[in-house]
Amino acid sequence: MGGRTVRTALKYLALLGYVVFLAFPLAWLLSTALKTPQEMASLDPTWIPRDPTLANFADAFGEQDLVGSATRSLAVALASAVITVLVALPAAYALARYRGALNKVAIGWVLVSQVFPVILIIIPLFMVLRGLDLVNTLPGLALVHVTFTLPFALWMLQGYVRAVPRELEEAAAVDGAGRLRALAAVVAPLLVPGVVATLLFAFISSWNEFLFALVVLKDPEVATLPLTLVKFTGPEGVVRLGPLAAASLLATIPSLAFFAVIQRRLRSGLMAGAVKG
Amino acid sequence: MTLTAPRAAGTRRRPAQGRSRARETFLLLLPALVPVLVLSVGPLVYGILLAFTDARSGRNTETSFVGLANFGDLLADGDFWESFRIGMVWAVSVTVLQFLASLGLALLLNQDLRLRGFARVLALVPWAMPPVVIGLMWRLVYHPDAGILNAVLGTDVDWLNDFSVALPAVIVVGVWMGMPQTTVVLLAGLQNVPKELHEAAGVDGAGVWRRFRSVTLPQLRPVIVAITSLDFVWNINQFSLVYVLTQGGPGGRTRLPMLFAYEEAFRYGFFGYAATLGVAITIVVLAVLGLYLWRQMREVD
Repeated sequence: MGGRTVRTALKYLALLGYVVFLAFPLAWLLSTALKTPQEMASLDPTWIPRDPTLANFADAFGEQDLVGSATRSLAVALASAVITVLVALPAAYALARYRGALNKVAIGWVLVSQVFPVILIIIPLFMVLRGLDLVNTLPGLALVHVTFTLPFALWMLQGYVRAVPRELEEAAAVDGAGRLRALAAVVAPLLVPGVVATLLFAFISSWNEFLFALVVLKDPEVATLPLTLVKFTGPEGVVRLGPLAAASLLATIPSLAFFAVIQRRLRSGLMAGAVKG
Repeated sequence: MTLTAPRAAGTRRRPAQGRSRARETFLLLLPALVPVLVLSVGPLVYGILLAFTDARSGRNTETSFVGLANFGDLLADGDFWESFRIGMVWAVSVTVLQFLASLGLALLLNQDLRLRGFARVLALVPWAMPPVVIGLMWRLVYHPDAGILNAVLGTDVDWLNDFSVALPAVIVVGVWMGMPQTTVVLLAGLQNVPKELHEAAGVDGAGVWRRFRSVTLPQLRPVIVAITSLDFVWNINQFSLVYVLTQGGPGGRTRLPMLFAYEEAFRYGFFGYAATLGVAITIVVLAVLGLYLWRQMREVD
């Protein structure tokens, strides 16, 4: 009996250790975001802000750079998400419905594309963009994000297509509807959740992306949010850490919302299936 | 998983219909796949080809084929070897620590403990954060004057600028960032271990540790192999997190291979050489993974 109690106590201790390790940087980010510039400058770090304030969040919204770059991030993420799905959907449908060697090649490609370092993709893309005069432009970055998200989006979407029973489609075709009609009337509505999930995934990938943006957007005038955040503190240093923390928290909201929506599926099958795939 | 079996079976069944169907398939597939090929496969092939050229960043520079010259330069480049060594230390330690930490957490989350729901949600949060924000957040934690770490430990260390501490400090962040995926995958694997096996072993008198060693671990093996392989690939190719934390400093102590390649390509303009570095890392990754998977398979037999 005593051994059991000790064991349970040890388990709770271990779990507490994990909670502390996972939570303390987050708590510190929040704490920093709520501190006044005077407190930051005093260089006497404490967990609880002495004089908690939301001014840093207001400051972040007041910064031209931050608002402008968030808008640009939004535009790039929206465009690249929509284009990714438009390009991937027909291919995903074809791959899911007509299995065979090509299907295996495509799935293999998605896995292999994970192994290659992005430097092998970013250099040729940069050269192509330069040829098209798209360096330092948002359409250029959106294009790069499409190529970067495409393999995984393709893989996601073909899974969703596969989940729509083929018989439904065939039944509609037998009833006299042409193949396209059958697609539009029967398959498309069933694919909506999958398409939405893929759109969200592509949006978040683009919103969070840093390396490609760093390479493509040299000019601070067109910088996206991750670029602006990294360069935010500058020479003024410590005093600007509060607004930086606040802006970082705000920049996390889209992906946090996305994960809140899909977290149930993450915890159960999705990732396990992905790995077993 | 044979590649030819399903196709052979399909064509044998209804030859005439099968053939017209296959043609229709091909026609439908082609326009759908062309953009994928152009956007996704194309750049990679181009990138690999660049590794055998002397491509430079200037607009009007001539590019010519140089064969394996870049690979020769790479092998003779001390900076590359230093970066490669740091990359391996980083990737192996992050992958191993991530795995051990995540396995422990997954085992705890798989039990009937209070706080479990909270810990599960918390364990997912790093996954939902942009890598840049994770880097900035830890810079606040490690900040020599305004950071919490020195305040709590009572130390006065410039964690990210100290020659001997920077790499371990960055590794800790790597573990923190990568734990969610690994934990989720291992937890899903744990939940697939049949309860009967555990109970049977319990009846046979096996203790907790024995049951873990002889029931849980073998059942979990395929999942462990898959996730540690993926983690290794992701870690060796890491860029954003470390760039935000240290930009490869101090004195190159945290310059992972991808940071080195980035500098070669976009600071110094050696596109061909940077592509060679990418190809070299790919070869190393494939070799390490091949060896690892081969050993795992042999042990299963």
